[in-house]
Amino acid sequence: MGILEVKGVNKRFGGLQALGNVNLSVKENTVHAIIGPNGAGKSTLLNVLVGKLIPDTGSVMFDGQSVLGRKPYQINQMGISRVFQTPEIFGDLTVFENVMIPCFAKRDGAFKLNAVGDMLGQKDLIEKAEQMLIDVNMIDKRNMHSASMSRGDKRRLEMAMCLVQEPKLLLLDEPTAGMARADTNNTIDLLKEIKAKRDITMAIIEHDMHVVFSLADRITVLALGTPLVEDAPENIKGNPKVREAYLGESA
Amino acid sequence: MLGLTKKDATLLLVVAVLALCAPFILNPFPEGSAMAQFNAGYPDLMQRFVIFGIFAIGFNILFGLTGYLSFGHAAFLGVGSYSAVWMFKLLSMNVIPAIMLSVIVSGLFALLIGFVSLRRSGIYFSILTLAFAQMSFNLAYSVLTPITNGETGLQLTLQDPRVLGQSVSETGGIPVTSLFGIELRSTYQMDLGAWLFQFNVGYYLCAVMLLLAFYLAIRIFRSPFGMMLRAIKSNQHRVNYTGLNPRPYTLAAFVISGMYAGLAGGLMASMDPLAGAERMQWTASGEVVLMTILGGAGTLIGPVLGAGFIKYFENIFSKINDNVLHGWFSLLPDGLENLIVGVLHPFIGKGWHLTLGILFMLVVIFLPGGLVEGGQRIARLFRRGKADQTDTTTKPAE
Ligand SMILES: Nc1ncnc2c1ncn2[C@@H]1O[C@H](COP(=O)(O)OP(=O)(O)O)[C@@H](O)[C@H]1O
Ligand SMILES: [Mg+2]
Repeated sequence: MGILEVKGVNKRFGGLQALGNVNLSVKENTVHAIIGPNGAGKSTLLNVLVGKLIPDTGSVMFDGQSVLGRKPYQINQMGISRVFQTPEIFGDLTVFENVMIPCFAKRDGAFKLNAVGDMLGQKDLIEKAEQMLIDVNMIDKRNMHSASMSRGDKRRLEMAMCLVQEPKLLLLDEPTAGMARADTNNTIDLLKEIKAKRDITMAIIEHDMHVVFSLADRITVLALGTPLVEDAPENIKGNPKVREAYLGESA
Repeated sequence: MLGLTKKDATLLLVVAVLALCAPFILNPFPEGSAMAQFNAGYPDLMQRFVIFGIFAIGFNILFGLTGYLSFGHAAFLGVGSYSAVWMFKLLSMNVIPAIMLSVIVSGLFALLIGFVSLRRSGIYFSILTLAFAQMSFNLAYSVLTPITNGETGLQLTLQDPRVLGQSVSETGGIPVTSLFGIELRSTYQMDLGAWLFQFNVGYYLCAVMLLLAFYLAIRIFRSPFGMMLRAIKSNQHRVNYTGLNPRPYTLAAFVISGMYAGLAGGLMASMDPLAGAERMQWTASGEVVLMTILGGAGTLIGPVLGAGFIKYFENIFSKINDNVLHGWFSLLPDGLENLIVGVLHPFIGKGWHLTLGILFMLVVIFLPGGLVEGGQRIARLFRRGKADQTDTTTKPAE
């Protein structure tokens, strides 16, 4: 039994079958990559996992509990954090404040009215947020207005916001798209470091095969909304079906 | 100091000095001089500045922090006024219980309206609040007449019970509002040469309330709660995927700002114990929106500035008429004088709305951060002029 069990999930958008009978099992403490051509339904699958979309049929179990029917914030509180394909950050807030928000959410739950306490009273959280910024190499941008940063930095910030919550399952939707080579390598190192430090499961969607093969323990290939194969990375490279559907196109 | 940073404490101190010295500051011109009509240091006008300042500070906690634009906030002001007058009728003429009831009742009313309206965001939220406020306004005129006294408005009478006070004063009239026995209308007049300064108990009650309201607003802005509200304004999507439920946060902000409006309404009734439905009309709701945007939404001091600016215009600028203009330009040749007065005519007196409207448009287009942004730009120009090479880093609006 994996920590995440997706069974028989279907999702249609009008006439388009975005997900067709998707089955996926992600084992605890592994990195599971989901690859496939554009429009394969990868982001749609993540949308189902975080409660943004409700599937037409099927079930999604996380940590022994059903995810379906829960609101996005409840699913996050269960331990699933997500990095989006286009960075979703708090553009009007500073980098530091962006990281503080998830710290509060982790400690205080979905709602806590603390309308007169000052920020200085939050020493432990401030330390935690600053340590996170050091880990992702952004401490020098601490007081920057986050909207004015580069796309790569926004992505890194979003990753920091997810990681600081110490999720059980981290979902990454093309985390290195738009990043320079050096930043991509930093991201790989960061994720490896996090993995080494504590228990975490990751599901990662990625086009950059270098990233996929550096991180993944298991790979699922999705094409036209349906899983084509699931296997270990070394077997995926040589699989003719995959070459035809996916790798062939980009190689 | 008081849990504030140095900068915020300074701001609070400046506001405190301005509020407490307002009778001097707003009366710079000697009595009887040509400029005396620009004096604004009269008790009832100063009270209005401060009361609308409180109203706008509260509105800004909702609009400035969460971005939810309510078009129905005057309803809470009206409810606050009715509550206070009822307290004067039933309990006593002491304003403290009256104001407390105003804040509580408006808070409950805001909880109800906010609970429904906050199910939608953007324009739909605005329309829902507008609809609720107009509904309250119309109900106050019709079905709710037993509570609101309909078109006449709710007033004090000699038959009111006032269980802790007296129905009739010693002189046989309706008793006046007081603060533990000190009449709010009592005013100390100070003659200083040609100048006349008035210190009114009611005004100082309002001013103290303003300072409390302002202090609380600073604390809210700087609190974790305030940060959550700004996050909601910035990206509600991300808030949801960060494990936070935005609904109770926005509802709390809505109720708090409703209570501010209730406080303003209660103070209004304390200064002049009557309440009418027109206080809840949509124009009154729109006015506080204008005040906040004009002064600078999301800034601490902006709403107070905006409120003062609009009330000054409404009360002072509107008094300039053609005769006054002729007086100013009487040195010019007759033809030119008439021409200038003719050109200015649509903008003065009853035309003050036109002037204010144009100013408002100019501010929104050229100074989206309101008067506060204007002030910051001027300050920056100064600093640049002084030391060209020192830092010119721009900070986000305070
Ligand atoms: N909200 C939506 N409404 C309609 N169609 C959608 C929606 N989201 C995705 N799709 C469609 O579903 C298919 C899968 O999209 P997506 O999951 O984003 O693919 P990708 O694998 O590139 O992430 C695409 O054809 C896309 O156009
Ligand atoms: Mg995608």
